[in-house]
Amino acid sequence: MELSQVVQTIREKFPEAITEERPAAIVIKKEALLAVAQFLKSGELAFDNLHCVTGVDWKDKMEVVYHLYSFKNRFMLTLKVFLSLEDLSVESLCGLWKSANWLERETYDFFGIKFLNHPDPRRILNPDEWTDWPLRKNFDRPDFVRLPQSEGLKGGG
Amino acid sequence: MNNEVVKQNNPDPAAGLPSEELIVNMGPQHPSTHGVLYLELRLNGEIVVDCRPHIGYLHRSCEKIAENRTYIQFIPFTDRLDYLASMNNNLGYVLAVEKLLNLQVNDRVSYVRTIIAELNRIASHLVSLGTFAQDLGAYATPMFYCFRDRETIIQLFDELCGGRLTFNYMRIGGVQSELPPHADKYIKDFIKYERKKLKEYNELLTYNAIFLARTKKIGILKPEVAINYSVTGPNLRASGVKWDIRKDEPYMLYNRFKFDVPVGKQGDSWDRFKVKLDEIGESLKIVEQAIGGLPPGNAVAKINKVFKAPPSETYLRTENPRGELGFYLVSDGGLKPYRNKIRSPSFCNLAVLPELIHGLNVSDAVCVLGSIDIVMGEIDR
Repeated sequence: MELSQVVQTIREKFPEAITEERPAAIVIKKEALLAVAQFLKSGELAFDNLHCVTGVDWKDKMEVVYHLYSFKNRFMLTLKVFLSLEDLSVESLCGLWKSANWLERETYDFFGIKFLNHPDPRRILNPDEWTDWPLRKNFDRPDFVRLPQSEGLKGGG
Repeated sequence: MNNEVVKQNNPDPAAGLPSEELIVNMGPQHPSTHGVLYLELRLNGEIVVDCRPHIGYLHRSCEKIAENRTYIQFIPFTDRLDYLASMNNNLGYVLAVEKLLNLQVNDRVSYVRTIIAELNRIASHLVSLGTFAQDLGAYATPMFYCFRDRETIIQLFDELCGGRLTFNYMRIGGVQSELPPHADKYIKDFIKYERKKLKEYNELLTYNAIFLARTKKIGILKPEVAINYSVTGPNLRASGVKWDIRKDEPYMLYNRFKFDVPVGKQGDSWDRFKVKLDEIGESLKIVEQAIGGLPPGNAVAKINKVFKAPPSETYLRTENPRGELGFYLVSDGGLKPYRNKIRSPSFCNLAVLPELIHGLNVSDAVCVLGSIDIVMGEIDR
């Protein structure tokens, strides 16, 4: 199976959904995500496995990356959604793939991206009472830089 | 175990007396959680009606650290993910970086890496089997047997790179050092020895009546559920899905080696144990073929210490002892990765635990947790 085949199949069903085609990934509209994901899971494409969910902070926008795998067609699809900084929310895919539960919680935990209709929208690795989003590029806590009072000691950065 | 009794009445609803749920906090410090895991169990009598895992006690923010370091500097950090299989983590990371750089390595590098990675897989599975038996109450003996065999492998790694747990051996474009001169005989002796011992483990554990009673039909994971939860590795294969990246989407030179992919029938705790035990045998086959056909050449890496990756992204997954380890690397053309996401197998494997132990006894919850074989280091990262 080729990426172009997947793109074509999605285009036939959702002509407007794909905004950009990249060499190894497709970018789709945020509003179309749930419908496209539903279509990818059922039907001939049979993406029955959500392998990985993560985010990337591009400073002016936020990206959510989904890696879907189809055991039947032996094909891994990289699906991307871009979010504007004003509205960091996207539909949760927990209803389709159970693995989305923890993976989306992790993405929320580190980037502050809200997943709508998530059954358990809590932080997962960081403390619940935290208000920071550690993997955002503007996150720079004092323990991540060289402190003037502890010359020579360096934290994670 | 830290018990928090909310209110303990007669748990038997048939007697017409009121009963209430009991919350048991299993962990964060508990011998059978293999790290710092906290399970919040809701019990009706002895039966688990709900389970909420709380994780993050071992969180070290590896992904943020990766963004602040060059590609080479992050290799030692991968050791600390799944600390029982450091070589495999190293391998997954360097392969991902090599894919990002579009770097080809010679055959000898791939062979040496295969031998080392498979030996570490055996070592990791041995720990997993020994501790699983210990969780079930087979106190000390199987664990000591397994650690004795693992010691042979660890001693070889010690000579190879000076480490016994965190190796930092793989390099981008090669490995840190060549195999020692006596490695050929040493590994061949070990293969012969371990094959004998595998039979012993079968007699000691696999077909032991008490062991069977504790593990058979406990925590059955159906294949469609496993795929939906993105469970990978031996746990997926125990459910009857014949899927191994080494076989189905071969990376390095795994397509040159002949080996089988053991699968289970039912997906219960016993199958998960048996698949791991069988995988040791298959790994021995791969090591035997690789050490027999080791091509001449130089395996030590020769690459600049500082380099820039082209602006691109890559996702590569490798078969770790516990499942599929994925690295999602995004580069903006700089010295450091723009984003390094680690998709760890235990993270997804643990997410299925509440589903598996629903309706089981508390003692069986320990059995299921031991059989899915998690390492908290890579869950919390």
